[in-house]
Amino acid sequence: MSHTQTARRRRRFDLTRWAQGGGLHAVLFAVPVVLVYAYFSWGPVLQGLVLSFQKTNLILPAQWVGWSNFEYVLSDPGLVQASLNTAYFALLALLFGFPIPIILAVLINELRRYDGLYNALAYLPAIVPPVAAILLWKFFYTPDGKGMFNTALGWIGLGPFPWLNSEASAMPSIVLYATWAGAGSTAIIYIAALSTVRTELYEAAEIDGAGIWRRVWHITLPQLRNVIFVMMLLQLIGTFQIFTEPFLFTGGGPNNATQTILLKIYNYAFINGDFGAATALSVLLALFLGVLSIVYYFVTRRWSRA
Amino acid sequence: MSVIDTPAAPAAPPQPRRRRRPEPETKERGVVSRSDRNRPSVRIWFRIVQTILLVVLIVSGLGPLLWAAKASVSTSNAIVSDPMGIWFTPNEWGNLLLAWNGAQIGRSLGNTVILAVGSTLTTLIVSVAAAFLLSVLRPKWGPWLSGAILATLFLPGVVSFVPLYLTILDMPLLNISLQDTFWAVWLPAGASAFNVVVLKRFFDSIPREYMEAAKIDGAGPLRILTMVVLPLSRPILGVIILLSVVGSWKEFLWPMLVLSNPELQPVSVMLPKLAAGNSPLAVQMAAVFLTIIIPVILFVIFQKQFLRGVGQAGGVKG
Repeated sequence: MSHTQTARRRRRFDLTRWAQGGGLHAVLFAVPVVLVYAYFSWGPVLQGLVLSFQKTNLILPAQWVGWSNFEYVLSDPGLVQASLNTAYFALLALLFGFPIPIILAVLINELRRYDGLYNALAYLPAIVPPVAAILLWKFFYTPDGKGMFNTALGWIGLGPFPWLNSEASAMPSIVLYATWAGAGSTAIIYIAALSTVRTELYEAAEIDGAGIWRRVWHITLPQLRNVIFVMMLLQLIGTFQIFTEPFLFTGGGPNNATQTILLKIYNYAFINGDFGAATALSVLLALFLGVLSIVYYFVTRRWSRA
Repeated sequence: MSVIDTPAAPAAPPQPRRRRRPEPETKERGVVSRSDRNRPSVRIWFRIVQTILLVVLIVSGLGPLLWAAKASVSTSNAIVSDPMGIWFTPNEWGNLLLAWNGAQIGRSLGNTVILAVGSTLTTLIVSVAAAFLLSVLRPKWGPWLSGAILATLFLPGVVSFVPLYLTILDMPLLNISLQDTFWAVWLPAGASAFNVVVLKRFFDSIPREYMEAAKIDGAGPLRILTMVVLPLSRPILGVIILLSVVGSWKEFLWPMLVLSNPELQPVSVMLPKLAAGNSPLAVQMAAVFLTIIIPVILFVIFQKQFLRGVGQAGGVKG
């Protein structure tokens, strides 16, 4: 009798100590977190890896098919075009869209009055839901002389341009929109970063006779370097997953000129119902982005030390 | 990659609000110094650049919104024949009514609100629980959980996009389908590693003494969370709520996939359908205007929080 009591007391003692140490509460707090992440984040990632080796039509049990999904995806004649388009989009967005927020941030940071107004105006496009903005822009891009942009450009004797209707200008038009939509919020991030730039360097440079441009070039930008590198990588990862813009602007046309990798994934999964091919292509894109990030990390690490 | 753990967080604990109109020299100097500013050539250039910048920002930031506002009260003919017209008579108030009732923008706006509120709630609950667990309770297995959550930040969304859809169709172990329920949008929104990082960082900056004191007074973890941690975190919670509401307002692809029932679809899914249909241009533009105006009003009211929040997001990323 007394024996069992002490045994029980010991066990209970351990339990209460564990509970008093916060163990029980910690588990209770962890339950919703683990459930949500397991179902909607970790689970799908693992399932994606598995699915890329399977054939499934949601009715019959899934079948292992080895590498055949990957073979199918890689031999798809449209893949090269879609990859090139996606890379083209990423490149254009990098060339035109990337410097604009930096310029905007440096300029706004020099304002001593009304900078809040400038900030707010710059950020406004980021607030507008992309679907609504794209509908507006589609109208602005109307190709004949009646379109909004064409009318405005007509005043200075340009155009009319075909915008989304020609193979050559469809992608640049989408990049123009994406730049408009994204520049403001990126600029705000740079402005926040600019507030950490050490100002004594400017003074030193000024005493040494460096002009305003040289100060921007030799002090501001180098100090922003790390933020610039991170933002560039994030932008690259984002642009390689571009979907909504081509989907709503052109649907991939004209003549596949704006077909992107993500549009292909969408079509495999939700038009053809081929989830295996869709996940296989997703995995390939994710691998590519992973390799890109690693290479980028090592390359920029060398530069940021230099 | 040290994207997360660089200590560049301007996420300072509660600070006295800055005055609305700071003294002229409170802001630290930038590239251009005071003596530069006194030089006439610099001053002229400054004026020119400032003016150009302002015009560009007004045209690009405000322009499309004003244009949508104008189009929403014009006739379809007027929109097409004179898109750049500045003089117009706002005589077609019926457009807005037609869009609201006829095109069912009213109902889908309601759905958007429901989705935004629900997604924000799950994001808050899950992220606060995770951040509190990792920052304050710190169980032995905390680092594992934290690592697993952080890992999701680095995986591009594209890997899990199709399987996530299949998960919604048939939840593993539960064998229920969330398709065509608001849960299909609400629950996945909870898995936001980014907010966990932001919140954990903020919780870390709260002085431990407050929590120790509450503990000595006999408060359990839940009371510490609700009486100490959350009240002190109001600014960061506000930022997360705002960004989450606007974020889910902008959501398009995911709701389109999991909500096929038009009665449940948010406005972002309804708009392209409306545009593809044969409703008059003026009604479409009225619908666009109705979609835009609510987040814009939110932004105008809470600009400071928005801009600070986005800047902080940069601190986490950089």
